[in-house]
Formats: sequence, structure tokens, C-alpha cells
Amino acid sequence: MTNPLTMTRTLTMTSTRQHDKAMSIAPDSDSAILRAEHLGRSVKEKILVQDASFELKRGEFLAISGPSGSGKTSLLRLLNRLDEPTTGTVFVEGVDYRNLQPRDLRRKLGMVSQRPYLFPGTVADNLRFGPAQRGETLPQEAVDSLLSQVGLRGYSERNVANLSGGEAQRVSVARTLANSPLVLLLDEPTSALDDAAKLEVEATIQKVVRDQGLTCVMVTHDLAQAARLAEQALVLEAGRIVRAGLVSEVLHA
Amino acid sequence: MLKLFFHTQLALGFAQAAVAALAALTVVVLARRRGIRLESETMIAMARGLVQIVAVASILVVLLRAPRWTSGLLLAAMVLAAGATSARRAKGMPDAFRVSAWAIAFGAGSVIALMTFLGVIDTAITSLVPVGSMLIANAMNTNSLALNRFRSDVLAHAGEIETALALGAEARNSVSPYVQASFEASLIPAIDSLRSLGIVWIPGLMAGMLLSGARPVYAAIYQFVVLAMIFAASGLTSLVGTMLVRGKVFSGAEQLLLQPGR
Repeated sequence: MTNPLTMTRTLTMTSTRQHDKAMSIAPDSDSAILRAEHLGRSVKEKILVQDASFELKRGEFLAISGPSGSGKTSLLRLLNRLDEPTTGTVFVEGVDYRNLQPRDLRRKLGMVSQRPYLFPGTVADNLRFGPAQRGETLPQEAVDSLLSQVGLRGYSERNVANLSGGEAQRVSVARTLANSPLVLLLDEPTSALDDAAKLEVEATIQKVVRDQGLTCVMVTHDLAQAARLAEQALVLEAGRIVRAGLVSEVLHA
Repeated sequence: MLKLFFHTQLALGFAQAAVAALAALTVVVLARRRGIRLESETMIAMARGLVQIVAVASILVVLLRAPRWTSGLLLAAMVLAAGATSARRAKGMPDAFRVSAWAIAFGAGSVIALMTFLGVIDTAITSLVPVGSMLIANAMNTNSLALNRFRSDVLAHAGEIETALALGAEARNSVSPYVQASFEASLIPAIDSLRSLGIVWIPGLMAGMLLSGARPVYAAIYQFVVLAMIFAASGLTSLVGTMLVRGKVFSGAEQLLLQPGR
């Protein structure tokens, strides 16, 4: 078993592929955009996540994998503070996230859940939800641009009740992007979809992450998907990080 | 028929209670045949109800000679008991007792105080305590319905609520649709009571006034007065209860505390 204390070093070791990408996206930024330090959560003596430490720089794509119940989603929920860590903390652009307003933190660390949970109304209503929380109105051009990014041009006025599973999940991605997040957190975004829809959503994620240079953390139990999308990976077992590093090395170990 | 066998008022009362309880138990038996188990809850509720109402009647006998301010103490005790009863309908909800007690105290208390001040409720203990208790009991039922509905809705829509939080919504706003639905649902019985007054049912208070010789029109008007007061007390209670409870299901860091399976 790998020592968790070495995880940070291992994960931040940048591959050539990743280095090129990071350099092209953010040549002026070398510091970690997201850093988890000894992050852990226990509920009623049950350990969900234990001593998880890693960091990500701008543009890096990390896959979190592991068997069911290993703590993947629990770890993701700790990152945008939907749950409170019982140990450790997270630094966002060097700031301890306990010093940030939860609403500001969650806008910066946008999350897409396994199920899209669209709000009743039109696609545009959903995209405008996040900015509206800050008293901003997302202009129609921005709505169209976001929908174009997720391959749903012309869907603005459609009622969300009439969308397919794949379309709904792509609207969910666009809705999260409407908040202009620094980091995209994806919780098994394709696990509830059929194969065709899964590929559509996967292509959408790949495109928006590449186009916007987003830092991304994706929980997935699908190792092939992790290999297709991410450069780095960590594997959880019983809440602990047991392997971490380049995706090709970690997933085939 | 019972009067043939029971000649004192007290014995007749117990016999009537036994027959009414048998009718209630028939429902329990029918429910059980459909796989719904209500036995223990119904038995305990009926036994408690009987003991409590007889105890209160005994206290009233004493209080009839007590100074008028003692009715305030009795009503305050009723509010606390109503808060505890109502809180049990909100299992897992933080601070449910405090929320319920405050909501009922504000909702029923303010209506009782105002109506007593204006002379709509007589200050005599024999009037203030029974009418006040009716308002408190109905406020309690409304609060229980509101809290129970809110709890169910939050548990059923935890995903939607957390999605709103994850998109930067203020915690209190993320549950607004469920606060509104709880408020509306909790007032259905009070609205239906007012709507069907005289057509579907003649309430006990009016029947009692008629039996004690009051003029039917005055008895009817006063019954409307009581139902309108019940509606006001229930509405205020639900309004305050749902306003208070929506902040209680979140932590200070705007995390949803009420989650399925936790």
C-alpha cells in the first residue's frame, strides 16, 4: 500500500502530456489551484474518507476511481464542502476554504452530479439559475454560447421535461459552466446513461475542459473512461488513497 | 340504550368512552387486515387521551375557584406539551421541539391574547382555557403537518436541494419550494373546516352551546368565530414554524443536514 503522505508528490508529478497542456493553458501559473490536505470524514465512527492529500494545478484532469463504497463521492463532496471534513482542509488558490463563503466556494468549484436534477422550466431558466443567485442575469448570447459548447445549440427555450438523459446531463454541465468555475467536479456523470448518451456527454466534457482550460476532478468507476479523459488518477479503497499518479500507471497497476 | 344500564353521569361517560373506543379499534383491526399496523400507537394514543382529558377536567374543577391568571399558566403548559407532541412528527429534524414550541406559542398565543383583549374570548377560566386549548391543539396539528411534510419533501428532494447549493444558492432559498408546499398542505384541514362548516359538520362547541340553551344563531356565529380564530392561529403557527425550520436543516456552512439514510 502506498503511503498517503507521498500522494501529493506523486500526483503533482507532471507528465509530459500534462505539462504541455498546462503550459499552453496557463503559462503564468505554477501554483496549485486545488490542494486537499489530510482530508477526512467520519460519521458515527464510520470512516468515509481518511487522510486524503493531493493537489491539482490549472488544467489538470484527475480521475478518482475505486470500488463501490470506497469513498469516491464522499471525497468529491468534501471538496466543495457539501459535507464537512472531520480532519484536514482544502485550499482553493491557496486560500483555506473554511475562510470562503460556502456560496462563493461552490461557484468556484462547480459540481455536476450523477443525476442532472434540472429545475422545472426551460433550459435557459436552468442556465440562468447560478448567476441569478448572485443577482446577475445571464444574457441570451451567453446562454446560446454555453449551449453551443455542450452541443445543444437551439435548445434554449425547450422545456427540460422533454430532454433525453444525455441532453439533460449536458444541460447540467452547461448550467455548472454558467457560473464560470475554476474547477469542475464530476460525480459519475455518465453512469446513469446508455452507451450512446455516455459518449455524447464524455465528448462534451472533453471539449469544455480543453476549450476552457478547466481543472477537473471526476469520480468514475469506469477505468476505460478514466483513461480516456484524465491524465492523473487516484484509487480509493475503504476511504484511503491506495494508488495515485499518472492514469496509465495507476489504473494498470 | 346505554342509559338503560348506566344511571349515573360518570358511569354513563365511561360506558360511552368504551363504545367509542371500540369503534376506533375496529379501524385498527381493519387496517391490520390490509397489513397496516396501528395497534400500539392507537392504543397508547387513546389511553393517553382519556387519562389526559380526565386529568385536565379534574384540574379545571380546582381552577374554577383559582385566580384568573392561572389560566395563563395552564395554556403555557399546553403549548409546551403541544410542542413536544408536534416535534415527534419531525424525526431527525434539529431543534424540532424548540421550533414547534415557538411556532405554537406565537401562532396560538398571539391570537388568544388579541382575542381576549378585544373581548372575543371571555377571561373566565371556564371560557379561556377550553377555547384557548382548541386553538393550541389545532395549531399543534397544523405544525405537525407542516413539519412532517417539510421533512418528507426535503428527504425526497435532497438531490435538487444540494444541486441548488452546488450552484451557489443560499441555503434558505434552496428549500423555498418545500417551505411553501408545507405551509399550503398544513392549512388544508383548517380551510376545509371553514369551507364545510354547517354543511358537512356541526362542530362540538356549537352542539354544546345548543344543549346548554344558547340561541342557535348566536351559537352558530360563535362557532364561526372559533373556526376563524383556529384558522388564524394555525396559519400563523405554520408560517412561523416553516420559517424557523428551514434554517434548521442546514449547518453553518450551508450543508444539508437532513439526508436520506443519515
